Amino acid sequence: MAGYTQGSGRPNQWLRNLNAKIASVPMILTAVVIFLGGTIWTVVYSFTNSKLLPRLSFVGLDQYERLWDAPRWLVSVQNLAIYGIFSLIFSLVIGFVLAALMDQKIRFENTFRTIMLYPFALSFIVTGLVWQWLLNPEFGIQSVVRSAGWESFTFDPLYNADIVIYGILIAALWQGTGLVMCLMLAGLRGIDEDIWKAARVDGIPMWKTYIFVVIPMMRGVFITTLVIIASGIVKVYDLVVAQTSGGPGIASEVPAKYVYDYMFQAQNLGQGFAASTMMLITVAIIIVPWAYLEFGGGRKHV
Amino acid sequence: MSDIVAFNSVADEAAPQAQADRVIAGPRGRKPRRALSGRNIMIYGTLIVVALYYLLPLYVMVMTSLKGMPEIRLGNIFAPPVEITFEPWAKAWASACTGLNCDGLSRGFWNSVRITVPSTIVSIAIASVNGYALANWRFKGAELFFTILIVGAFIPYQVMIYPIVIVLREMGIYGTLTGLIIVHTIFGMPILTLLFRNYFAGLPEELFKAARVDGAGFWTIYFRIMLPMSLPIFVVAMILQVTGIWNDFLFGVVFTRPEYYPMTVQLNNIVNSVQGVKEYNVNMAATILTGAVPLFVYFVSGRLFVRGIAAGAVKG
Amino acid sequence: MQNVSVSVKDLSLSFGAVTVLDTLNLDIKDGEFLVLLGSSGCGKSTLLNCIAGLLDVSDGQIFIKNKNVTWEEPKDRGIGMVFQSYALYPQMSVEKNLSFGLQVAKVPKEEIDKRVRRASEILQIQPLLKRKPSELSGGQRQRVAIGRALVRDVDVFLFDEPLSNLDAKLRSELRVEIKRLHQSLKNTMIYVTHDQIEALTLADRIAVMKSGVIQQLADPMTIYNAPENLFVAGFIGSPSMNFFRGELQLRDQRAYVHANGVDFDVSAYPSRAPLVHGQKVVLGLRPEHVRVDEAASGAAASHRAVVDIEEPMGADNLLWLKLAGQSMSVRIAGQRRYAPGTAVTLSFDMAVASIFDATSENRL
Repeated sequence: MAGYTQGSGRPNQWLRNLNAKIASVPMILTAVVIFLGGTIWTVVYSFTNSKLLPRLSFVGLDQYERLWDAPRWLVSVQNLAIYGIFSLIFSLVIGFVLAALMDQKIRFENTFRTIMLYPFALSFIVTGLVWQWLLNPEFGIQSVVRSAGWESFTFDPLYNADIVIYGILIAALWQGTGLVMCLMLAGLRGIDEDIWKAARVDGIPMWKTYIFVVIPMMRGVFITTLVIIASGIVKVYDLVVAQTSGGPGIASEVPAKYVYDYMFQAQNLGQGFAASTMMLITVAIIIVPWAYLEFGGGRKHV
Repeated sequence: MSDIVAFNSVADEAAPQAQADRVIAGPRGRKPRRALSGRNIMIYGTLIVVALYYLLPLYVMVMTSLKGMPEIRLGNIFAPPVEITFEPWAKAWASACTGLNCDGLSRGFWNSVRITVPSTIVSIAIASVNGYALANWRFKGAELFFTILIVGAFIPYQVMIYPIVIVLREMGIYGTLTGLIIVHTIFGMPILTLLFRNYFAGLPEELFKAARVDGAGFWTIYFRIMLPMSLPIFVVAMILQVTGIWNDFLFGVVFTRPEYYPMTVQLNNIVNSVQGVKEYNVNMAATILTGAVPLFVYFVSGRLFVRGIAAGAVKG
Repeated sequence: MQNVSVSVKDLSLSFGAVTVLDTLNLDIKDGEFLVLLGSSGCGKSTLLNCIAGLLDVSDGQIFIKNKNVTWEEPKDRGIGMVFQSYALYPQMSVEKNLSFGLQVAKVPKEEIDKRVRRASEILQIQPLLKRKPSELSGGQRQRVAIGRALVRDVDVFLFDEPLSNLDAKLRSELRVEIKRLHQSLKNTMIYVTHDQIEALTLADRIAVMKSGVIQQLADPMTIYNAPENLFVAGFIGSPSMNFFRGELQLRDQRAYVHANGVDFDVSAYPSRAPLVHGQKVVLGLRPEHVRVDEAASGAAASHRAVVDIEEPMGADNLLWLKLAGQSMSVRIAGQRRYAPGTAVTLSFDMAVASIFDATSENRL
């Protein structure tokens, strides 16, 4: 190989593709410092007795014990459970039924879709305030029905501690079902039209085709939608702040609000960290099985 | 063949986007023949009732905002105003009170503009370059950081808020607009990076190779080849960020001082302020004003909005 | 090693556990037209991308014009490249597409104009200069893509399946044009394809690849007539070579391949090493190396077969026959017709046959 001029050998691997690495610095910082570091930091400090300022004096599971003894936290968790279960069921059912209706080759599909989806463009604050007004017993729906002649009609969820969470649920469904409908519609549109022809040739009624053929085929869409709704549920905060401020009393408190209040108002950081760690665990319980199903066992990506 | 190293699994999360495209594509097959049948009456009947339910709050908001307080106290919220007044709108904009301040929502509006515009620009600039690096200039470890980023998108914000407060305080920008812009850039990053990465990965790889043979480097390819081909995805990202940032409440409360509060925070303070007599017409006018920007974006962008939120839905 | 244009030394490339190229060596002479031929996934495009500098190699070196370019940027390697999907920049006019690389390299304006003019004259695309790629036909786009390599004024042209996206007629037209281009420019050209017709018609030498390894590197006629192993024999030629698995038998001073109860007299086969009695072998016969005659009794060295299916193709007539219970194809002149069921006798030209060892699959 005498005839060859030997060029430089393998260059420094760190300097290769340097621009791409520089461009990724914000991502790396965000991922490592904020997402990973921040999460670990919060979890670690949830075992301390930090009050006004974070302090590294460990108290074991004290904060968690106190958390699960606090009536306000228990109400928050209970509310989240009720809100979560019902909003999952209703958004999936309503979203799917609406999508199925929209998929009947109807006219004005664009118009209907625009109407159903516009609330999603609005913030939770706006949503909460509108429904606060509509559910106002003095002027809202209750008073309208009463003035129409039904004197004993009672519909005041925002002022009744027993059902206040359902008042919030109504607003949340108004805001979010349009999106679920859109995702479901996309799922329906992804199904081979020959399936419908085959079902018709076989004489299977439409509702049976939906339940036994179409829905099982839309497994992926359902799971994605489920994850989207579920991770939104855990974060619910603005809506409650706007609609009820957690009231009446503590009847509509939710975990996210508990965290905020303890961190930034009650100046009891330890409680805030413990509560937010509980939220993290909840999300992990939702996400990990899904991530495993989607990306883990069986499905290999080469 | 370099697809072998491509890391495809997270790309699945962009599926809603492809699905949204199918929604946009509209119904397939022929149009229905008979206009009136029992089935059609049922379908359209249901859809119209549902549509009315969705429209009702908007209708009530507008009607209430155009009435005077005496009329509200007497009448029914669904009734159109007997006497239309724009007084509540003017008051909501210029003189509604939050605590001690009585200069209305206008300050919040301009704060939101000052937050949204730079946050949108910065977050999109960073995420698009990053997505391009991930799609075309893969390097060892990049996918690991990207995976952490995407998983991080599912972590409740509450978990990361306090550490961010500390970091911003150490940097001396806690409570400033700069700090809030950084926070929006951070939390917009997962979804935007995913969006851009998948978009750039979807462009023909040979185009990128041809540009490299032509001697174009990282930035030349980004600005002269990729950018001109990617305007639609930039619009989608913009819609996503403008509506998302405008609608944000939590970060506004946590990371800014009252003089920088965005419109949503100020709206909430006006409506839920405990002092004084409740002026429902002003409240509703203020609510509409706050919702106006995202609604405007929604109605103007139409189909692109569906793509944007379907992509953004991953954000949860 | 004089006049070596591109030289690949012990090149390896693996993605994780998957080895795509395995200690590959290849020398390409100055002005040579080398075709990398293989089915998809054989590593031919990967090799081309490594030569272009678009993929980092795991091990080994690449030299272009005696300069080690293993870690050089693509632009510094003195190459031009043409892609299957044309890869024209959609937002730029044809002229801009041609001049983009030169602009990036800060070549003076007059020089750019000169080179663009020359390239567009050679490829006859002057009328298209102001158009956008979307306004061009497939053939025109590929001309522009070739032009983009041409203006770079380089020694080595790399083609990555440039004709695969074109329809059959355009493909053969452009094929001729690429050959003409090579004859007039005399550049080194490395051309990747899975189409054996392109390989046979264009190449000075063909490198047949499989699983990241070059199976045979030779001129087209050698590749066709004397394939180095069973894979190359089966890959080249359409319909492919007829194979008969059997055993070598040496008796009465003659050599036979005994397969399915039939004896093929291979005494005329120019084997490289002495044939060994009892060796398991595969006998390969190209369809056009078989003579077909009307059935006549008593022809000693001939074999009887029955026509199964006839495929008239105009110039040729392709017969599918049953011989010794095995199907085989035979190519005869187009005007000679045989109805299915006709009995025929076959005789073979063993001087152009191929015999492979059944285990090593290498040519004997």
